[in-house]
Amino acid sequence: MNETMEKQQKANVAIESKGKENRENKTNGAAEGNHVFEVEDLNLWYGSDQALYEINMQVPERQVTAIIGPSGCGKSTFLKTLNRMVEMVPIVKTSGDIKYRGDHIFANNFKQEYLRAKVGMVFQKPNPFPKSVYDNVAYGPRVHGIKDKKTLDQIVEKSLKDAAIWDELKDRLNENAYGLSGGQQQRVCIARALAVEPDVILMDEPTSALDPISTAKVEELVQELKKKYSIIIVTHNMQQAARISDKTAFFLNGELIEFAETDNLFQNPQDKRTEDYITGRFG
Amino acid sequence: MVSTRTQFTEELLQLKQQIKDLAIDTKYSLDTAIHLLYEFDVERAKRLIEDDADIDAREEQINDDAVLMIAKQQPVASDLRRLVSAIKISSDIERMADHSTNIAKATIHLGEKHNIEIDPELREMAVIAMDMVDLAVKAFEYEDISLANKLAEMDDLVDEKYGEVVKQMLELTAINPEQIQHIMQVAYVARYIERYADHITNIGENIFYLVKGKAYDLNK
Repeated sequence: MNETMEKQQKANVAIESKGKENRENKTNGAAEGNHVFEVEDLNLWYGSDQALYEINMQVPERQVTAIIGPSGCGKSTFLKTLNRMVEMVPIVKTSGDIKYRGDHIFANNFKQEYLRAKVGMVFQKPNPFPKSVYDNVAYGPRVHGIKDKKTLDQIVEKSLKDAAIWDELKDRLNENAYGLSGGQQQRVCIARALAVEPDVILMDEPTSALDPISTAKVEELVQELKKKYSIIIVTHNMQQAARISDKTAFFLNGELIEFAETDNLFQNPQDKRTEDYITGRFG
Repeated sequence: MVSTRTQFTEELLQLKQQIKDLAIDTKYSLDTAIHLLYEFDVERAKRLIEDDADIDAREEQINDDAVLMIAKQQPVASDLRRLVSAIKISSDIERMADHSTNIAKATIHLGEKHNIEIDPELREMAVIAMDMVDLAVKAFEYEDISLANKLAEMDDLVDEKYGEVVKQMLELTAINPEQIQHIMQVAYVARYIERYADHITNIGENIFYLVKGKAYDLNK
């Protein structure tokens, strides 16, 4: 009995010192390993229209970061900047810096393909390919050159399991993904994103097209996923942000107004504009 | 500025008004209870006890309204704090009214024909407590924490007077042991007023929470 207690005490001490270490690192702010993204003075223009103004933000690792704000506030633009998808719009210009795991993503020698592999994305409307469930999930690994059937089988199973949909679909892997319900399609899309073993998952309003039950399933999934992945989620559903995220960023007219622990932001926001928005009195 | 959620805002204002009305009526219940105590008015004291059911019902109504608003509006930030503090403040007011009832019960126990002189200090305590209600209502109305802070000082004054009354009552029991039952009732009344004032201080704390979003102990 005493021995067990002693062990437990030692374990507690170890946990405490590790916690302390983490906290110390956090106060250093830019310490590598704690943040997947470090955004510094980011400005973005569509032609002559400025969409983002001087954004400074550090996205924590293995946490859920929610981005909220009214339509047109720049939250989706910001999300798409993180995996450089925004550059698909030809008139886009940026200034400032974004570091992914310490690497400057706008640097000339930085490989965009690497970023896309590491930073997966899930969109508002489920967008499976018109292929079987299996081929949807195996798509990314195949593009990356994996041909071995057994390896692909393993990846598909693992990804669908991680997306909490394996049990529902294990006997329907050869069915067309279009035949699935919206909620199932969205989780297949999440499985497809997981199949290439990303580090970060960007989600752009992933549940806005889903019914409440499917929404709840995706929300639970997000809680599971954050054990392995860092998640950034844009959502219009404030209660969702409050429920599932660790930190919340409030964007308004292209500016980052407030970025805080979610609990604090929803109980006691520091900026009047945040208060007005989250209480629905925005004008 | 486009103002949204006008209905919710309107409902919150109504709730606030209900709480203010309840507080003011509870102030009058103490005023009446003290008046009846000095007048040995047993009959009206009985009626005051019956009237407490109305305060209880109104407190319940405020609770129901606030809970319904939480369910329907899913409030956050100051809206949420406003509703949580509405529930807590109305509960304190209800307890205050219970103490007025307790004073009325003491009046009944004392009866019409006792010859105990009721210490004027009890009335002084009650006057401070009633001033505290006015101040708390104002602090609640304007969400003013500097006013809420003053409640703590006033409560200290009530506590001090309570200590004095108890001391005097103890001395009285030594001189008039045959009157001990009656003297105890008077001491109870002092205790009820002291508790009444404590609940107003709690209201002050809830105003702090409402404004600052943090817990605050005014009873230190």
